[in-house]
Amino acid sequence: MKTRAIVSVLGADRVGIVAAISAALAEQGVNIEDIRQTILSEVFSMTMLVTIDEDTHPFEDVHARLATVADELGMQVTLQREDVFRFMHRV
Amino acid sequence: MLRISPEEIVETLLMVHQQHLDIRTVTLGISIADCGADTADEMGRRLYEKVAHAAERLVPVCEAIEREYGIPIRNKRISVSPVAAVAGRCARDDLTAVAVAMDRAASTAGVDFIGGFSALVHKGVGAADDALIRSIPSALAATERVCSSVNVASTRAGINMDAVARMAHTVKEAAALTAEADSVGCAKLVVFANMVEDNPFMAGAVHGAGEADAVINVGISGPGVVRAIIEALPGDADLTAVAEAIKATSFKITRAGELVAREAARRLGVAMGIVDLSLAPTPAEGDSVAEILEAMGVERCGAPGTTTALALLNDAVKKGGAMGTSSIGGLSGAFIPVSEDAGMVRAVTDGALNLEKLEAMTAVCSVGLDMIAIPGDTPAETIAGIISDACAIGVINNKTTAARLIPAVGKVAGDHVSWGGLLGAAPVMDVSRWSSAKLINRGGRMPAPLGSLRN
Repeated sequence: MKTRAIVSVLGADRVGIVAAISAALAEQGVNIEDIRQTILSEVFSMTMLVTIDEDTHPFEDVHARLATVADELGMQVTLQREDVFRFMHRV
Repeated sequence: MLRISPEEIVETLLMVHQQHLDIRTVTLGISIADCGADTADEMGRRLYEKVAHAAERLVPVCEAIEREYGIPIRNKRISVSPVAAVAGRCARDDLTAVAVAMDRAASTAGVDFIGGFSALVHKGVGAADDALIRSIPSALAATERVCSSVNVASTRAGINMDAVARMAHTVKEAAALTAEADSVGCAKLVVFANMVEDNPFMAGAVHGAGEADAVINVGISGPGVVRAIIEALPGDADLTAVAEAIKATSFKITRAGELVAREAARRLGVAMGIVDLSLAPTPAEGDSVAEILEAMGVERCGAPGTTTALALLNDAVKKGGAMGTSSIGGLSGAFIPVSEDAGMVRAVTDGALNLEKLEAMTAVCSVGLDMIAIPGDTPAETIAGIISDACAIGVINNKTTAARLIPAVGKVAGDHVSWGGLLGAAPVMDVSRWSSAKLINRGGRMPAPLGSLRN
């Protein structure tokens, strides 16, 4: 089962954020479909649209892996199914 | 392609992380129609088996949904059919054993509250209703998670004043039996007019007679989100703009509830019932309905204008929510519990809010006289008068009203009581010193009101 999800990353800018997040996602077989990234007054903000293949890498595993990366980077990283945004922001 | 804008993603994250957006409760309603037995002990055994089995996946499923969608589900709860409706065969027993079994089932399932130790007596008190009401004080003292509710009035039947008087005495007994814990028993007991069958919120949740065997009902939350949206408006924004902003936010909050309700029902393999649009506060700073009213422009909740602000809020939440779900149900009106809302507590402490103003506010929102600590020596007739006033507002206006009063034993007006957790803490409020005894002691029934001449 393919699940579309949103990864959002927020925190102080530093070297290697995109690399660390993408490496962790690749390791979990997660495909990145779109990335938007910006830096606002030294705060790094990135949102990614990704597809998780839950047959090989369950949502929980990807979630746990990203939590580890978040700790290592000292940043806030969240992974949420895409439906929640569609539900909340579209009539 | 990213069909959702980064701004919308950030807005959602802010709602959760800074403004306390959460799902207040996912409540699994379970029919216990097949749990009747010849003794209360046996009924308790059957109820335990049924409920513990039916609810075993509730908490893990909710926790998975929380993780996957990133929206916290604050409480997972259970409601069962009103116990009195099933207890006919063991009506000669004390029904405390049934409540103890409910408590055990809730503990096994890992939920914090279970509702349904309840009876509907708006027209008359049957043998099982009588047994249930008799057992309420000891049941609430012997259990931690059981909630009890009794419906004493309805628009179609009027107010059963004998039942009101009896419930006032029951409230006092429940207070006495839990005196050492600031009379916490009463915090789990609510007296209703026009009780609903699909309310997911405690203490009044029951699984109604018109429901399927098992059903998921969801209560939304988000007072902090609504307050933030009002505070973000220009200071001179007119009330039409305020209503517009509340509607838009309510839509989003409700959609989160609808999504969680659908997912929880699908994963548990039970029917999806309703989404309850009540804004429910918690004692956490910033998660307050009173603070929304203050953001709208009254200096303290309770000041003149408070009822207007609350009416606007309540209506706008429903209008926005109605676009977000086609399954509106439950109580669906803002809650104004005193002890569970830091802003309400502050308003009482500052002398801005009293019992009479709360009664007026009840007329334009949901379950008004809620979580109010009153002096322990308040006469039962006065408590009955307060309950019947709340009922009269509900009966005449075709809406649900309720009273959850805590006559805290040994406390006087101005003292403080604390129950901890979601039940919060509150100052003991003053009650009128004028007697209601003659009216209450008349008993009988306030007839059902005429419904057509509506002025």
